[in-house]
Amino acid sequence: MTIPRRKFDAVIVGAGGAGMRASLQLAEAGLKVAVLSKVFPTRSHTVAAQGGIGAALGNMGEDSWLWHMYDTIKGSDYLGDQNAIEFMCRAAPQAVYELEHFGMPFDRNDDGTIYQRPFGGHSQNFGERSVQRSCCAADRTGHAMLHTLYQRNVRANTLFFVEWMALDLIRDASGQVLGVSAMEMETGEVWLFHARATLFATGGAGRIYSASTNAFINTGDGLGMAARAGIPLEDMEFWQFHPTGVAGAGVLITEGVRGEGGYLLNKDGERFMERYAPNMKDLASRDVVSRAMATEIKEGRGAGKDADYILLKLDHLGIDVIEKRLPGIREIARKFANVDPVKEPIPVVPTCHYQMGGIPTNYHGEVVVPSGGDPSQPVPGFYAAGECGCASVHGANRLGTNSLTDLLVFGKESGDTMIRFLRENPGHKDLPADVGDVSLARLARLETQTGGESVFEVGAEMRRTMQGHCGVFRFPDMLESGVDKIKRTAERVRRTGIADKSKTFNTARIEALELDNLIEVAVATLVSAEARKESRGAHDRADFHQRDDVNWLKHSLWYREGNRLEYKPVNLQPMTVESFEPKVRSY
Amino acid sequence: MKFEIYRYDPEQDDKPYMKSYDIELEPSDRMLLDALIRIKAVDDSLSLRRSCREGVCGSDAMNINGKNGLACITRLTDLKQPVQLRPLPGLPVIRDLVVDMSQFFKQYHSIKPYLQNAEVAPEKERIQTPAERKELDGLYECILCACCTTACPSFWWNPDKFVGPAGLLVAYRFIADTRDHATSERLDDLEDPYRLFRCHSIMNCVDVCPKGLNPTRAIGKIKDIMIKRMV
Repeated sequence: MTIPRRKFDAVIVGAGGAGMRASLQLAEAGLKVAVLSKVFPTRSHTVAAQGGIGAALGNMGEDSWLWHMYDTIKGSDYLGDQNAIEFMCRAAPQAVYELEHFGMPFDRNDDGTIYQRPFGGHSQNFGERSVQRSCCAADRTGHAMLHTLYQRNVRANTLFFVEWMALDLIRDASGQVLGVSAMEMETGEVWLFHARATLFATGGAGRIYSASTNAFINTGDGLGMAARAGIPLEDMEFWQFHPTGVAGAGVLITEGVRGEGGYLLNKDGERFMERYAPNMKDLASRDVVSRAMATEIKEGRGAGKDADYILLKLDHLGIDVIEKRLPGIREIARKFANVDPVKEPIPVVPTCHYQMGGIPTNYHGEVVVPSGGDPSQPVPGFYAAGECGCASVHGANRLGTNSLTDLLVFGKESGDTMIRFLRENPGHKDLPADVGDVSLARLARLETQTGGESVFEVGAEMRRTMQGHCGVFRFPDMLESGVDKIKRTAERVRRTGIADKSKTFNTARIEALELDNLIEVAVATLVSAEARKESRGAHDRADFHQRDDVNWLKHSLWYREGNRLEYKPVNLQPMTVESFEPKVRSY
Repeated sequence: MKFEIYRYDPEQDDKPYMKSYDIELEPSDRMLLDALIRIKAVDDSLSLRRSCREGVCGSDAMNINGKNGLACITRLTDLKQPVQLRPLPGLPVIRDLVVDMSQFFKQYHSIKPYLQNAEVAPEKERIQTPAERKELDGLYECILCACCTTACPSFWWNPDKFVGPAGLLVAYRFIADTRDHATSERLDDLEDPYRLFRCHSIMNCVDVCPKGLNPTRAIGKIKDIMIKRMV
């Protein structure tokens, strides 16, 4: 069976912040770019970002990109690549100004400049005191930003393929990437998108956990496709648990609440962060705050009848500040926690939020793999940006606001890198003879499978395993048994079946295909976590409680084939400034 | 809990029908979307769109007991049983609760929903006072869920000619933005018997907006500006 083919200069998978920042570069350069998205672009998960974009504009007081760089490196627990971090922090202010010029409705100061709020882990003068660096639009920054980027792409006539799900990466025998196969959800039709350059901007996979702030669409599609095509996944053991997800519901409450002056209380009404982070208190970095909260709960000081959550107090900010700066939070608290934060605290728990790891890239957005002795050899024609990529600017723990900074800076840079590659490499290389067969086989299996396992139940088993075996605190026996369990679950994923065989907008089939991607991420996470015998950033092991720079100052690379792990060095050499040597991390 | 859900798969069904479900819920199921996910776990053939499950992405708009809303922020305890669920009215149905939104987005795109300003951008941000920025509140928060536009009788009659409340809200978002320099072109484009003036202030849009926005007021402001520039 021959699959319809279409040729483009570039194909981008994912229309969130990173994908649409990149597509804008390509479309405005006059290149023929196709952007594929499972959902209408403004429904991508960037829409849910609340607190702001980190950039040292210095609108609220002295600030510098170098301090931002230091905070990011310290926040990463020294696992971040310092050249990439320097690149991002230097480029951040320009990225914010561009977005403003595109029409982003930022909040304003009295002098008409962009308002910036304090955020966790961001400081003046190398950790001395908190700084106001987060550029925001109330607590709807991601929404305002995603709509602005979509609108700018409408102006640029970017070609979107809305409700198309990418299925598999196309590589030729030399390893060069030549596009993707994809399915139109409305009709079930499969096409080959033949491209000279391919960017994955597919976001995270937070749906591997039961309790997650992530949208249902965050199923790690790019990671699954890359892993199946032989690309390793980097630092997958590092998952951020956001301190303030609504207890029971998982919905995010921005760190901006604490930035604006809110704080956390245990059941005794104690502001416990003063004990864990005497200087930055509630604005310590997220891994530190989440661990403190989990410790309070574990030691019996949680609130509520089951002592299983922490209270986020903000009523003292007053209704005016809450309505002006945090209106969305008030809405969420009323709907999902049945409390009005103007009067009562919000019950919160640490909740899976962000994947620090991903498809390994350099700071130009090129996907890089170990090859011929070089740990970071670019894969021709392949790029990744945003949460699905790992540059690595977040290392072992991301600072709040840096996700939006990341996708603006690396979205644009990967677009520019692709433009250079396209100019230097004219003409499409031939597609391999068996192109698309893998995708058709996956679809055929779902078509013909009878008596298969329920996608819902196997997915729930995966999420329970991740939640129970690979959470905020990690224990050696739980990690070991978790690896066994998740491998067994992966076997079950191969035997899933669906009752719905319709071609028309078959979401059962979409969910089955998504589970194929999620499970790769789940296995990569547990295998990488079990192997890393230290505690660093978001990875906290009971048996190796300290960071171990002698043995573990290195990135993990997980290969799907044989669940093999390799490691590559952390880049401690910035582009222009002195290296920040690892030191003890306290807030 | 009892539900009656509009079902239609063009590959199998001659015509749409309502299917009944009686589903046992868990204590953690608060919102209508939670119940729909329980239903989908036992009947995977039910198609619907959903993503953020917190009311910001705009995917799961549907007609709930006769009124448009988002399933993810509609409390189950507020719903009369059997809960009647239908696709958004006035748009072609692709399947079950999934509608073809092309016409809705075509109207949105028709108002040129992007900032127009031909001046060379400054090195830093453009200056905008807090008061000027405040003019955008209640406008920029639209999530394009289409609850309003598909609740509007004027849009049902003239979906190809009337922009509809969502598109007009966004049109006013740019007219109200001090950084946008295309106000007169925007007004010219809307000065037409249909594009703007089919709005008869029925206010269904205000009634259903899950974000509490007021498209009717924005439309009124466009009309005011238009009248002012005529005199």
